[in-house]
Amino acid sequence: MSTAEPPVTTRKPRPNYLLSLAAILISTVVFLIPFAFVLLTAFKDRQQASLLDFSWPHQFRFVQNFVEVVEARDYLLIIAYINSTILTVASVAIVVVLAAMVAYVLQRRAGRWTGLINFLVLSGLIIPPAVVPTIWVLQRLGLFRTMPGLILVEVAFGLSFCVLLFRAFIATIPRELDEAAIIDGAGPLRLFFRVIFPLLRSVIVTVIVVQSVAVFNDFVNPLYFLPGEENATVQLTLYNFYSQFNTQYNLLFTDILLVTIPPLIMFLFFNRQIVAGMTAGAVKG
Amino acid sequence: MATTTIHQRSRPASASATTPRKRRHSPYPYWFYLPAAAIYGVLFLIPTVLSFYFSLTRWSIFDSKFIGFDNYVTFFQEPALVSGLVHTLVYAVLTSGLKVVLGMLLAILLTSQIVARGYLRSVVFFPVLVSTIGVGLTFTVLMNPERGLINQALDTIGIAGPGWLTDPRYALLSVALVDVWKGVGLATLIYIAGIVSIPAEYLEAARVDGASPWHVFRRIILPLARPATVTVIILSLIGGLRSFDLIWAMTRGGPGFTSDVIASVIYKQYQAGFYGLSTAGNVVLFLVVTAIVLPLSRFLNRKEVEL
Repeated sequence: MSTAEPPVTTRKPRPNYLLSLAAILISTVVFLIPFAFVLLTAFKDRQQASLLDFSWPHQFRFVQNFVEVVEARDYLLIIAYINSTILTVASVAIVVVLAAMVAYVLQRRAGRWTGLINFLVLSGLIIPPAVVPTIWVLQRLGLFRTMPGLILVEVAFGLSFCVLLFRAFIATIPRELDEAAIIDGAGPLRLFFRVIFPLLRSVIVTVIVVQSVAVFNDFVNPLYFLPGEENATVQLTLYNFYSQFNTQYNLLFTDILLVTIPPLIMFLFFNRQIVAGMTAGAVKG
Repeated sequence: MATTTIHQRSRPASASATTPRKRRHSPYPYWFYLPAAAIYGVLFLIPTVLSFYFSLTRWSIFDSKFIGFDNYVTFFQEPALVSGLVHTLVYAVLTSGLKVVLGMLLAILLTSQIVARGYLRSVVFFPVLVSTIGVGLTFTVLMNPERGLINQALDTIGIAGPGWLTDPRYALLSVALVDVWKGVGLATLIYIAGIVSIPAEYLEAARVDGASPWHVFRRIILPLARPATVTVIILSLIGGLRSFDLIWAMTRGGPGFTSDVIASVIYKQYQAGFYGLSTAGNVVLFLVVTAIVLPLSRFLNRKEVEL
């Protein structure tokens, strides 16, 4: 909008090259060098990596390092990747459907429950989860130390944020659409799943991307609710790897690199959705 | 039930004409809340309510015994635990403040006339998506007092770097700086969204009136980006008060207890089997977060700018 207006287009300020150069230099040093360091160290052999310096690898040993990391502790990393994938896919799938349902009714129907639900949604954002009582409840349900238990925990803790994203988007869908579908004889389920849900596609992508990065990177919840070697997630193995192999820096950084790759791919493909999701609250406050 | 009464009120004519079974048909049924409410209630609300009771007990795996406020007394008499409370506040205020200032500056820079904007935005934002544990371990290595890259770089320009994570004076501060490094991208992004939404006419008018860049910032950008500031402050305060994984990955609360925060105290007491004490820590954290965030957000949201 602003670029189309004559005053702006007539007066086109020159880019500030000096400032740009300084910004590029500083951001490279501050933000890129740590990543370059991870990458370079992952390629080094053990001796050179132990120097911890920022240098070009003498020999490229990434394949060997990779194999060694994967084989470490009976292919634990593979198991962890499978676990993390199951956890992420299942919890995000559940949270998308449930949060969309809540947000839909919350946005469309003002009634006696609206205030309470809004309050609960905001509480979910603010209140830190009570850890040991949650374990107690999970134990009572027979879900402690199980993957389904952890999936449900991630759903419960992620609901609030997703409901807010969905609600803001549903407000932009005209009610006439609902009314047309109702007149055509659609029941509530059909109305929601066949008419509304498909229209949510763009915000669903946002929720999926943001939430799966969050769940994949989650360390605290698996640490508390899914302890034990055999069902570790990626972040837990990375942490344990450090305590066991903290002299083999090449392997440690290969591991860090492997754990960083999925979010990197998400970022490359879904940059815009991630930005949309994370800035959702900025303008409205 | 509740559903019918509300529905009757909203559409009395059709409701009285139809059968009771049909009357329940709202296009927006309340049972859509149920599946989410069940999971949220069982795994979030019930534990939160229970935590108040369990924090008053001596609690092992097998049974819990009511002991009144003993856990809280222990919590506030143990210097290591009290210092955890102080560290939590310092950490949250420090990270939140730095994110506001740096995020604002970066956002102004990245919305100004500058080359390679896309590159800069990506570079600043990417750390937000990276695993916290990965970032923590990487910086633990970079901050190694003798061989770490940071101190080696400082050495070449003649500064003897401190033991970032090994010196009790700097450990908490160093972790906070890494937290800012990782989180400032999100603050920047929120500020960019806020600044972009400022109508261009205001900036144009200011320019016509001959306002200096400082005045544009002080009188236009700062007040109109206020919702963004509120969001950044609240989000980073909540995150800072609850933060655990970065601290745990980098120092485990050490050296000594100098970088312990409430969240790491909770984990340590849990590991040691003091479930009651751990839960008391949880309740303290709950009270601290709500006591700070609720009044603050009310205060910040009340003073809206008028234009």
